[in-house]
Amino acid sequence: MSTAVETVKQITEREYQWGFVTPVEEETVPPGLDEEVIRLISRKKGEPEWLTEWRLEAFRRWKTMEEPRWARVHYPPIDYQAISYFAAPKQKERPKSLDEIDPEIRRTYEKLGIPIREQEILAGVAVDYVFDSVSVATTFKKKLEELGIIFCSISEAVRDHPELVRKYLGSVVPPGDNFFAALNSAVFSDGSFVYVPPGVRCPMELSTYFRINAAGTGQFERTLIIADRGSYVSYLEGCTAPMRDENQLHAAVVELIALDEAEIKYSTVQNWYPGDREGKGGIYNFVTKRGLCKGYRSKISWTQVETGSAITWKYPSCILQGDESVGEFYSVALTNNFQQADTGTKMVHIGRRTRSRIVSKGIAAGRSQNTYRGLVRILRGAEGARNHTQCDSLLIGDRCGAHTVPYIEVKNRSARVEHEATTSKLSEEQLFYCRARGLPLEDAVALVVNGFCREVMEELPMEFAVEARKLLGISLEGSVG
Amino acid sequence: MAMLDIEGLHVAVGGKEIIRGLDLAVEAGEVHAIMGPNGSGKSTLAHVLAGREDYEVTAGRVRFLGQDLLELEPEERAALGLFLAMQYPVEIPGVSNTYFLRQAVNALRKARGEPEMKPAEFMKRLREAARQVGIREELLRRDLNAGFSGGEKKRNEILQLAMLEPKLAILDETDSGLDIDALKAVAAAVNALRTPERAFLLITHYQRLLNFIVPDRVHVMVDGRIVRSGGKDLALELEERGYEPFLQEAA
Repeated sequence: MSTAVETVKQITEREYQWGFVTPVEEETVPPGLDEEVIRLISRKKGEPEWLTEWRLEAFRRWKTMEEPRWARVHYPPIDYQAISYFAAPKQKERPKSLDEIDPEIRRTYEKLGIPIREQEILAGVAVDYVFDSVSVATTFKKKLEELGIIFCSISEAVRDHPELVRKYLGSVVPPGDNFFAALNSAVFSDGSFVYVPPGVRCPMELSTYFRINAAGTGQFERTLIIADRGSYVSYLEGCTAPMRDENQLHAAVVELIALDEAEIKYSTVQNWYPGDREGKGGIYNFVTKRGLCKGYRSKISWTQVETGSAITWKYPSCILQGDESVGEFYSVALTNNFQQADTGTKMVHIGRRTRSRIVSKGIAAGRSQNTYRGLVRILRGAEGARNHTQCDSLLIGDRCGAHTVPYIEVKNRSARVEHEATTSKLSEEQLFYCRARGLPLEDAVALVVNGFCREVMEELPMEFAVEARKLLGISLEGSVG
Repeated sequence: MAMLDIEGLHVAVGGKEIIRGLDLAVEAGEVHAIMGPNGSGKSTLAHVLAGREDYEVTAGRVRFLGQDLLELEPEERAALGLFLAMQYPVEIPGVSNTYFLRQAVNALRKARGEPEMKPAEFMKRLREAARQVGIREELLRRDLNAGFSGGEKKRNEILQLAMLEPKLAILDETDSGLDIDALKAVAAAVNALRTPERAFLLITHYQRLLNFIVPDRVHVMVDGRIVRSGGKDLALELEERGYEPFLQEAA
């Protein structure tokens, strides 16, 4: 009889299922980065002068900055001059209707399980499709417009709603915030824009699906979501990329703004190509995500399921400025093989009676390294602020590592801050128990891991929770041993 | 051929031989009890039959329903109809008792090429079984075995037995740690599950369980071997004389 380890090895080694390349003719800017390239990107997108200047300013800042080195991740130096900063499928102009989209791109999204159409599977979800550097389609725009909701690519927003973009772009993540945010500010190509007017509850999930296709490029998208007074929106992003031996850089910036009594729920299912079993290739996911709870009783909730990327460097954060505002961070970060994740959150309490809740579930398998890094900062004026942090790590096998690095800074005596942390190993006893009841080994692993993550999975929108659960199972294939 | 047929079984753990030439045959519909002192290898036998991987079978063979049991994975044995009520059931946080049982029921059905059980039917059967075993509904919603008392864990094992409807149920020291009322309740539930098609293998240290579940055969296991087999009266003899005479025989 074989052991669990052997059984897992025998199981068909299913490859990353989203690793194909779409044969579409793309227009790519030659590798390299200087002011000319930035002007070129800006020109290609027909941007106004102020935005070109904004980009150049960010670029000048970036040149003076150093890549952060404090995260527990290791990778060879990135040659920023070897990356192409713009790639777009060749088309004369953005298709006017969904029917005009290049059939190859259409097929790509069909293969990914998110067909570009306003019906059937994604009936309750409006999707913005970002293919390399550009948005190729956005569904349900009309229906949303009737409610005054703006959901479009950020390029369109620059053109059609410049006052909103100008007011909020960079207001939460300033161009000089950090090395990768500065780079993104200089070269960002596309991304999604959402504005929900006062008192409107967005009736459907808004979603962006990011796809890296072209080789030798990076993806630098920028997302800006504004929830006006008393509004509500739930937003989800998903992402995949082809399997390549090279590492590709993804440096996104996401800014959320919630005004008085508004609520934004932002969910991510991150499934960038993680590299192969030997650790070759994969996406470097260096992302800055931050939400500003600007208004009284506003609320921002981040939920992330991170299974992909060779390296993840990501700390979706909340600035709790409005009194009684609420920030939440629910995270599952799963690493396998040679993946490295350094992820967590920052909760900055400024307003009175602000509350935050952090639930982090880290799962490390293979030879991966998984770090939770979180900051809870209570400023002097945050009278009666409260935080609860729960941070659990699960180790699968004995060659991986889980690390927890919480930072807590409290400057107000009335604050209450709680931190709980556990580390456990996936036990042979649990697996045997499940198998003795008839569950095949892989289902047993997925069951135990999903149980471990349940609190977070429950936060995902229904439509995606099932997918995310399956994804956890698939990402763990071959991990026991 | 017997439903379960063990011949000349030798099992080692970490190089040390625990089972040293064991023979046993169990027919459908029969209840067998294996009794023995601590360290006699009873629980090892239960785990080897269920497919636990830390044990090395060094010789012998086990046939279950005509198949070579030792060749099968634990889940394949379960699908074939083998069930082990564990002495120490594990906790699985975040997985509700009900959800787990439904996964198990459907995994077995899938392995047997049957369609999934409809949720409504599953819930109906679960409630019935829970009533029969004496499990409060609240325990069905809780995480599997999390915060269950010792008695509740044991009853929950019997609940699984009732739901998974095995052909051979092995009860590994199900009586240990139960007070007399809980013991009676578990015994009543097991008795209700006795059918002409289903066999039971009761592994126990004490005779008292056998006051409530009357076995067809009793085997005394000492030092990795069955040293004596008999009818239900053998258990009474053990109760009177203890294991000492058998230990001497074995030596």
